[in-house]
Amino acid sequence: MLDLPPDYWPIIALSLKVSAVAVGAMLPIAFALAWILARWQFPGRMLLDALVYLPLVVPPVVTGWLLLLLFGANGPVGRWLADWFGITLLFRWTGAALAAGIMALPLMVRAIRLSIESVDRRLEGAARTLGAGPLRVFLTISLPLSLPGVLAGVILGFARSIGEFGATITFVSDIPGETRTLPIAIYAALQAPGAEAVVTRLAIASILLSLTALLLSEILARRMGAGVRSYRV
Amino acid sequence: MSLSQPTVTARPDPTPPSTASTFRIDIWRSLGDRRIACRVDAGPGVTALSGPSGVGKTTILNMVAGLLRPDGGHIHVRNVTLFDGALGINVAPEHRHLGYIFQDARLFPHLRVRGNLLYGIRHLPDAADALEEMARFLGIASLLDRWPSTLSMGEAQRVAIGRALLTRPSCLLMDEPLASIDRARRADILQLVERLRDEVGVPILYVTHDLSEAERLAAHIVQMDFE
Repeated sequence: MLDLPPDYWPIIALSLKVSAVAVGAMLPIAFALAWILARWQFPGRMLLDALVYLPLVVPPVVTGWLLLLLFGANGPVGRWLADWFGITLLFRWTGAALAAGIMALPLMVRAIRLSIESVDRRLEGAARTLGAGPLRVFLTISLPLSLPGVLAGVILGFARSIGEFGATITFVSDIPGETRTLPIAIYAALQAPGAEAVVTRLAIASILLSLTALLLSEILARRMGAGVRSYRV
Repeated sequence: MSLSQPTVTARPDPTPPSTASTFRIDIWRSLGDRRIACRVDAGPGVTALSGPSGVGKTTILNMVAGLLRPDGGHIHVRNVTLFDGALGINVAPEHRHLGYIFQDARLFPHLRVRGNLLYGIRHLPDAADALEEMARFLGIASLLDRWPSTLSMGEAQRVAIGRALLTRPSCLLMDEPLASIDRARRADILQLVERLRDEVGVPILYVTHDLSEAERLAAHIVQMDFE
């Protein structure tokens, strides 16, 4: 279907790897944040809310610059990671995953939070009266009932990660084979003369990936919307 | 059938309640600018909690079940202290061993009827046998593989009763179990409550706004009214 020369496939593979790691690593954090925002009442909740959604509205290049400050060689978190775990994110594909994950976080939190808020809390009460403690209620009632939102969040986050450009190129630059993901490869190709064919192929590949993700999330949203609570009278 | 004195008060009982009663309850809670209070000293058998809509009957049941914390008072069921404001006792709902039948059945939508029935007894070795026996008793054996969304309200209410009974509760809390059921099916559920009372012998705290329903079922009626 998509006639790509062999040297394009590693770019797509890298994009998929970066996005999968970004979403996988961010998912527990996104769920925890969604749960806190949906269920807890505490001073500073609005501030946390705003912070979570910040990457959605701030120019990506600013997010990338903040990551550079925090996770760079001389950044507080970057130095700590290097000293204690020997991990460097700067100019590495793992750094690209971090940038993609941060940019995907607001979308993931939003989808998961809506789903948690739609869980009928009276069902949790019913489960308690049947002898289930809070942890079992969470695992057997709250979590399965919010699963459609979790899946939608994963897909949206994945799609966002595939398309991530600004924060990534600012934080980890454009290193072929290491941080040159699909959008960065397209940008790099655009800089070279006579690369229209390359750009077209890469663009089609990225459109197909995003479209698939969006369709999947739409299907899941429909299934979630199909009410499961009404009885036939 | 004896009608107990209408009791709606927050004051502690001057005479010590008899310890033979299944339900010894004296609780209150403010809800906005309203105050909901109830005193019950009755049971075994069916004890009806009657009164107009909005008087706080469901709130009382939620407090007995442990889903809502009273501002003060005490709740004893079968001589077990579930709540005592003065002593700081507040047993978690999962440790109260009460069966709560909600007005809307409240079945778990992501579990089939079988999964709903087994929810409280999964850890028991004889769960499968108990389930079978209960399904036969309630006449829901043919529904076991259905999803809750495909059940009629009457069927859902039977499943809810089975789900609660299977946990072998020390008593049942029933919140207007007939209210959302169409008229034709009400007699069935009413008969079922009578069988629970007479054959199973489980004490029931039964909330209803319908006095004739209360009089038909209950040995004691506690009338709640606006303060």
